[in-house]
Amino acid sequence: MSVGKALPHDSGPLHVSGQARYVDDIPAPAGALHLAFGLSHVARGRITKMDLDAVRAAPGVVMVLTAADLPRPVDVAPGAHDEPLLSDKAVHFIGQPLFLVVAESHLEARKAARLGRVEIAEEPPILTIEQALEADSRFEDGPRVWTKGDASGAIMGAPHRLQGRIEMGGQEHFYLEGQAALASPQEDGGMHVASSTQHPTEIQHKVADALGLPMAAVRVETRRLGGGFGGKESQGNALAVSCAIAAHLTGRSCRMRYDRDDDMIVTGKRHDFRIDWEVGFDGEGRIEGLDVTQYARCGWSQDLSLAVADRAMLHADNAYLLPSARITSHRLKTNMQSATAFRGFGGPQGVLGIEAALDRIARHLGLDPVEVRRRNYYAPMTEGEQGHPHLEVAPGETWQEAPEDSDLASRGSGEDLPREPVAPATRNATPYGMEVTDFVLHGMTDRLLETSDYAARRAEITEWNAGSPVLKRGIAFSPVKFGISFTLTHLNQAGALVHVYQDGSIHLNHGGTEMGQGLFRKVSQVAAEVFGVDPARVRITATDTQKVPNTSATAASSGSDLNGMAAKAACEAIRGRMAEALASLHQCEARAVRFAEDHVEVGGDRISFARAAQIAYEARVSLSATGFYKVPDLSWDRIKGQGRPFFYFAHGAAVTEVAIDTLTGENRILRCDILHDAGRSLNPALDIGQIEGGYVQGAGWLTTEELVWDERGALKTHAPSTYKIPACSDRPRDFRVALWDQPNPAASIYRSKAVGEPPFMLGISAFLALSDACAACGPAEPALDAPATPERVLAAVRRARG
Amino acid sequence: MQVSLDINGASVALDLDARTTLLDALRNHAGLTGSKKGCDHGQCGACTVMVNGRRINSCLTLAVMHEDDEITTVEGLAEGNTLSPLQRAFISHDGFQCGYCTPGQLCSATAMLDEAAKGWPSNVTADLENATPLTDEEISERMSGNICRCSCYPGIVEAIREAADAPAQKTGAEA
Ligand code: FES
Ligand code: FES
Repeated sequence: MSVGKALPHDSGPLHVSGQARYVDDIPAPAGALHLAFGLSHVARGRITKMDLDAVRAAPGVVMVLTAADLPRPVDVAPGAHDEPLLSDKAVHFIGQPLFLVVAESHLEARKAARLGRVEIAEEPPILTIEQALEADSRFEDGPRVWTKGDASGAIMGAPHRLQGRIEMGGQEHFYLEGQAALASPQEDGGMHVASSTQHPTEIQHKVADALGLPMAAVRVETRRLGGGFGGKESQGNALAVSCAIAAHLTGRSCRMRYDRDDDMIVTGKRHDFRIDWEVGFDGEGRIEGLDVTQYARCGWSQDLSLAVADRAMLHADNAYLLPSARITSHRLKTNMQSATAFRGFGGPQGVLGIEAALDRIARHLGLDPVEVRRRNYYAPMTEGEQGHPHLEVAPGETWQEAPEDSDLASRGSGEDLPREPVAPATRNATPYGMEVTDFVLHGMTDRLLETSDYAARRAEITEWNAGSPVLKRGIAFSPVKFGISFTLTHLNQAGALVHVYQDGSIHLNHGGTEMGQGLFRKVSQVAAEVFGVDPARVRITATDTQKVPNTSATAASSGSDLNGMAAKAACEAIRGRMAEALASLHQCEARAVRFAEDHVEVGGDRISFARAAQIAYEARVSLSATGFYKVPDLSWDRIKGQGRPFFYFAHGAAVTEVAIDTLTGENRILRCDILHDAGRSLNPALDIGQIEGGYVQGAGWLTTEELVWDERGALKTHAPSTYKIPACSDRPRDFRVALWDQPNPAASIYRSKAVGEPPFMLGISAFLALSDACAACGPAEPALDAPATPERVLAAVRRARG
Repeated sequence: MQVSLDINGASVALDLDARTTLLDALRNHAGLTGSKKGCDHGQCGACTVMVNGRRINSCLTLAVMHEDDEITTVEGLAEGNTLSPLQRAFISHDGFQCGYCTPGQLCSATAMLDEAAKGWPSNVTADLENATPLTDEEISERMSGNICRCSCYPGIVEAIREAADAPAQKTGAEA
């Protein structure tokens, strides 16, 4: 058995010896050139004059390109065709690329880029939510609204009513390896691109489009990323396309990487949100109706914002059954970086909205917040329920011709192919009509409250606070139920390519990218499992559009689910052929051939796997196969907000304890207990790493990580000196993570569950604990906003004191 | 200008602009890409190397200032093909995910263990007179200059603890 083992990351020895190669570590081919963008210093306006003579004359400069110099219009948007690579005169944010410098060295390119004289007729930028609403500056024709029942009526008729607002900031990815790409021209006009991207197929598509080449002439390779977190789903397009264009024009290899400040100024971040809510509930805290309005600042271009905002709506319920709900989403267009994918993809923002409301309900009624949550939970999965009421693929699918150049492989492409919505589900259904059949948070909550000793600690903290005027402690529980699947249904597919060589070594390739999450290790475990061999026999290779085509981004937590299944299919095809060949030699049935412990047992014989491969080769059996997988049973209409967008739900729960200093607002996470549902884990060690990392990153989003733009629209927090990323000493002092090791009722890869994003939302418990500590300072509502920096904590303490 | 640097025990002659940082000299001129550039501002620690056994951010120092110094990068931490105990502990404790911060973490931790063994206090050291045990809090504080965005801190601290405890309790750490 190799599946389920806590094997270390596949590149461990390479990482610790400095041998693991990232894009910028690839030795520069002879004569390689370096690129840098000249950036806009104005948030909104039109270019009236561009004087680039000084740039052209600068030492080392080989070429300077503006939009007008490009051989054809070049767009780098992941779908909406609203992001010209270089400004077409219109200026939309501070940091927008206006021109491209190609020079002999990185430093020369950057220095020259500073010499451009660009005159821009400034217009007043649209920055705030109010400004955007006033100017009706938004994506799509108006707000999206999804409803379940009559929320307003239910709220009006409920015994209790509350309303509130929570603001939550965005988040810089700060992948430790900045964006980078390297393009090398090939014979016959082809292009090879190495890119630090989560989405090689999209890079391939955009490069082909920019050069006027068929996709088959462009090859994109990605061995590993130094962190992605969603920030490399679409944001690498501009660099890869620039390199390819410059390489095409000069005939030389071209490489580009953003300096850290440029990276932070140019690339998109997590969407910041404002959420207004109104809730009606009974005396026990049971919600009768919820009306939520989400305002997302999407920045200047659409990017993946529609899908992000959809997911925020899809998680407005989190783990709670809402008898009636109205969810409204405004996708506002502002003159800032174009907000993009970030771990959780809108989910965390949606979840925080309802979690804040539930805390208010509990405080209002004087109930324990955990109890209020539990009363509102979805009904539990019942014994024997397989979580799959609709096993058939939705009938009556109709195919609509996609527009010619549309980027189908991107989550930014907006409309999915229309599908028949499934019949609206009944009792235990989400606001979007999906029956919840695999809900396990009841049992998880019981266990976590017990292992974390929640009740006793809450009592102790209340007592301690009573005697502590300056320092206050807080404790909070928060659950997460996260939908697994791309909400753009057709992206839920994957491919793999597997070869077995005659010496028994195995070459594995699939469409997913490795960014530290351990995907390559997990998929290699799947391959080793199928062949019954040691995982060391499986050679993991770089993601390569020439090996597996038409891949989806490694995103939506779906990497191992999709690619694991595809690899399994490929391995099973080869194993089947080997078994047949061996069986016919031994005149037994193929079914009786066993692959285990690096050996193959056939007709009473036991031979090594290598020998079996050799025999199969000599018997002229094909030892190479592709594998393909598509997620079954999805059906989703995003305009109506109805259907079954997810294959299954992954769950988690956390209890966090914090302390605040009421004189300074400073705060600490003292302890965190997590119980997380990874299904039957493919690799518990890697999963626990994802959970710990996700929690710390989630807590960072809501505590120390603050993005500040000035009134001109300039991002002032564009380096780690002003943007505080959690350091070693910021992790919980006492950190206890356990897995809820129950098989996934859905037929996922070895019944495991996706684990990349869901734990991020457990960081919300840290925020709620801070809010709890603030509430301990007085009788009034602290109304803490995020990120809960010391300033905001201090303000909340004052509000609580009344 | 011509500079000769002693990197991982080998003398390397380089022709550099005087303003070249040590990090760029290593990565772009000496072909040692193990040291990473996370920020180029001295704020992330990805570029940490050891100079005469002490850790520094190589992005904040000029190569020409280190003519007579012994420079150790992540490529020089192993003895031949044998990984150091700390390197091995990083693998067994999952002290990384994407691995981009790892070279800096390793160089930083190697030097940090030495600092602690010599009794240098940190910001959280309560007793400046006597040897302080290398608690998790001490490790966290002493490693706070090395950001890990994947937040593998629990694994990093465990790995460092294991390496600290291994060589005959030299550091006075608790077992
Ligand atoms: S690159 Fe030197 S500290 Fe970040
Ligand atoms: S392992 Fe990714 S930054 Fe540390």
